[in-house]
Amino acid sequence: MTDTDKPSVWKVGVVAETRTETASGRSIVLDVPGWGGNIAGQHADVRLTAPDGYTAVRSYSVASAGSGDRVQLAVDRLPTGEVSPYLVDDLIVGDQLEIRGPLGGWFVWRPEIDGIEQTGPVQLIGGGSGIVPLVAMIRSHAASDSTAPFKLLYSVRTPDDAFFRSELAEPSRGLDVTWAYTRRAPDGWARPAGRLTRADLEARTFPANLSPAVFVCGPTGFVETVANSLVELGHDPARIKTERFGGQ
Amino acid sequence: MGIISRGFSGRSREHNPDLPPGQYLTEDFPVLSAGPTPSIDTADWEFSIRTESGAVHRWDWDQLKSLPIEDVSTDIHCVTRWSKFGTSWRGVSLDTLFADVDTNYEYVMAHSYGGYTTNVPLEDLLDGKAWIAFEFDGEDLDPEHGGPARLLIPHLYFWKSAKWIRGLVMMDDDDPGFWEQNGYHIYGDPWLEQRYS
Amino acid sequence: MTGHVDGNVLAGPLSELFRFDVTTASARCVSCGDVATLACAMVYVEPASLIVRCRNCDDVLMVVVQEPDLVCIELRGMAWLQVPR
Ligand SMILES: Cc1cc2nc3c(=O)[nH]c(=O)nc-3n(C[C@H](O)[C@H](O)[C@H](O)COP(=O)(O)OP(=O)(O)OC[C@H]3O[C@@H](n4cnc5c(N)ncnc54)[C@H](O)[C@@H]3O)c2cc1C
Ligand SMILES: [Zn+2]
Repeated sequence: MTDTDKPSVWKVGVVAETRTETASGRSIVLDVPGWGGNIAGQHADVRLTAPDGYTAVRSYSVASAGSGDRVQLAVDRLPTGEVSPYLVDDLIVGDQLEIRGPLGGWFVWRPEIDGIEQTGPVQLIGGGSGIVPLVAMIRSHAASDSTAPFKLLYSVRTPDDAFFRSELAEPSRGLDVTWAYTRRAPDGWARPAGRLTRADLEARTFPANLSPAVFVCGPTGFVETVANSLVELGHDPARIKTERFGGQ
Repeated sequence: MGIISRGFSGRSREHNPDLPPGQYLTEDFPVLSAGPTPSIDTADWEFSIRTESGAVHRWDWDQLKSLPIEDVSTDIHCVTRWSKFGTSWRGVSLDTLFADVDTNYEYVMAHSYGGYTTNVPLEDLLDGKAWIAFEFDGEDLDPEHGGPARLLIPHLYFWKSAKWIRGLVMMDDDDPGFWEQNGYHIYGDPWLEQRYS
Repeated sequence: MTGHVDGNVLAGPLSELFRFDVTTASARCVSCGDVATLACAMVYVEPASLIVRCRNCDDVLMVVVQEPDLVCIELRGMAWLQVPR
């Protein structure tokens, strides 16, 4: 690794592709020379600079995993936000973006550690754009032909608010996906729309006695509620890793 | 400077003579949320001023509200770069609260419920420059914005307007409070851009 | 910003100052003695500062003030910081 490839150094990414994911969000693929790949679950800092030198920095999880200099992000627009509307509405293919990373070595899942395959069960619980680092874990799981049992519980407002919908609709081997809708469920859906409850978690996730590694990600309020319920259900707090995105 | 992001201007930072340097104008009232919001019942609320002699002047909620209440309309400037023009408050002037306080010390440490402190020179609190405010925009001040009552010192950066105010302690020297120990400027004049020390 | 985020968010800003990944380091809270990975701390993000609080007692572990020309870190809330090698 040269000095300019270090995670701490700001690099210039070029937008290679964008895709509308939901009414309020899209994914962005960047080519970032020097990125050098990342572990599933890591994030990047993105820096925008106005013509007068004013800068704004925000963190975004990386949806891609593995080697290479291609990085996929997915961003949800907060109507009053400073940075997210720019990333969702204004950025076009060919634009440059400053990015620093990969960052963080804690909210990550590795298919193997020190040459030993990780086979323990993994429970992923995402709310809204909180799916982003979890998708990276799912992709890493699939790419490594991991035998670790994976379960995803994905909570979204309506079916139209799901990021990576078609990808998750056809789960890879060893992955079980459960959807939960908070505002509007598809017609004929058994579970009525509503926020995740402790009963939902009990019925739809790996039980505590299997000691799954649990990753919870999404808006701060969502993560808080889910993590507290999991502890009440007997999960060891040390096995629950969280990534709060902010907000209420 | 890094590369310019095409079409990005950030929050509007217009030039306006009433706007201190480096500030942008906001219509809403952002919350500086450096920690959890303490919830304080006005039944338990108390405000005090303690002097070097050990004398303590105390007011409970009803006593505070029975003092002369002033309407204050003022611009406020937050160190995190937003400013808000023409905000309206109601509260009791520190001149009223200091009327019977006998002190030779020239500095004040403001203490808040929740443990924050911030230091201010006494002269910045007197002569109609500061209030204990409990209403914002015609409503009770909500806890996120420092309710039930906060210090209001509009001519300094807004972190000096201690939220959840509990009391003032007179000091001989200008000792730094919580924010000032953490790198924020000891005085905090927005017009001189005294953000950090 | 209203809600807090996790200590993970410190990875970028502190990578400018430390050679190790701070988020996997653990710290002991001076006020309550809780020992936790910094990734588990609660961080309140402000445009120019990061206030890092103990997940157990809410007390301040660390404050990072960032300006274009300086970074100031206050660490008094930690008894120690342990970095994996
Ligand atoms: C480690 C990490 C990873 C993240 N990954 C992603 C990601 O993959 N995709 C993504 O879209 N976002 C992600 N976020 C959130 C992201 O960093 C920004 O906070 C978000 O895009 C809002 O920025 P903004 O400038 O548009 O809004 P701001 O101008 O910063 O805030 C505008 C308003 O929105 C509120 N707000 C801030 N964040 C949220 C939130 N998450 N939900 C609801 N309200 C909020 C604020 O209180 C404020 O009132 C991540 C955050 C962290 C800490
Ligand atoms: Zn503590």
